[in-house]
Amino acid sequence: MKKLKIGDLEKIRDKVRRTAVLRQGRSRAKITVHMGTCGIAAGARDILSALMQEIEKKKLNDVIVTTSGCAGLCSREPMATVEITDKPPVKYVDLTKEKIKKILEQHIIKGSIVSEYALAVGSERTH
Amino acid sequence: MEDLSLHILDIIENSIAAGATNIEVEIDEKVMENLLIIKIKDNGKGMDRRTLHKALDPFYTTKKTRSVGLGLSMLAQASKEADGSFDIKSKPGEGTDITARFVYNHIDRKPLGNMAETIAACLVSLQSGMDLRYRHRKDNSEFLFDTKKIKKVLSGVSINNAEIISFLKKHIEVGLNEIAKKEK
Repeated sequence: MKKLKIGDLEKIRDKVRRTAVLRQGRSRAKITVHMGTCGIAAGARDILSALMQEIEKKKLNDVIVTTSGCAGLCSREPMATVEITDKPPVKYVDLTKEKIKKILEQHIIKGSIVSEYALAVGSERTH
Repeated sequence: MEDLSLHILDIIENSIAAGATNIEVEIDEKVMENLLIIKIKDNGKGMDRRTLHKALDPFYTTKKTRSVGLGLSMLAQASKEADGSFDIKSKPGEGTDITARFVYNHIDRKPLGNMAETIAACLVSLQSGMDLRYRHRKDNSEFLFDTKKIKKVLSGVSINNAEIISFLKKHIEVGLNEIAKKEK
């Protein structure tokens, strides 16, 4: 792999500035990957990495990704919470890279909950 | 935890949860001295003497969501298994300073794992106003990553963007490959 240059980052910065919704602004959805000790040990980093790659590939500029600590259900990690604007949050459990990709495609992009991976709809809202 | 980079991610997540605005991660691979040192330092809310005293007890946590606090105790255990040592210093209002040492070629020393992926995950977790400095030395070679410098280039554009994080992850991978090659 060749050495990356600051100039390359400047190009990406200018592109992002043209297209990105500011983090503080209104966005289509927020995905929180739970990264407590239990989540990390169960594979949350891989889930987050797969999610970021997919968001980059699909050029989704209006989706916020963030992390949080343990959600209190360690045996069902890795977990993620999806919050679509003006809809109740949905908690997904026992995630894999394939599952998070499907959630992104079906829930975030098409707006339909992937009920077979969901633990619950409702509870706390942060978005 | 399968490797040390996951432990490091876990400790950094603690620093973020503790409200740190500056987090420093140092990895020193002293191959010639057969020693691996991991240091994580933050300026978060820190711990009082009572909490610090219990911090390595796996059945102690300040969290309300569960009754066990495994993060620090698991890293301490990982260093102990590799004939190393674990040291933690903390003061309320000043921050926490963790040092884990390992015998480099110990058969039970966990692999370092994917540090580029760990730092990329931390970049997603960082809130605005938080900075992360990562220094990785392998004998005489060094790689340095500092979000303060990156933010200057980004001039106001958030670091938490999939394309930017992907670029920075590759940048770290290339940097770490270079210091690994220099030693060969």
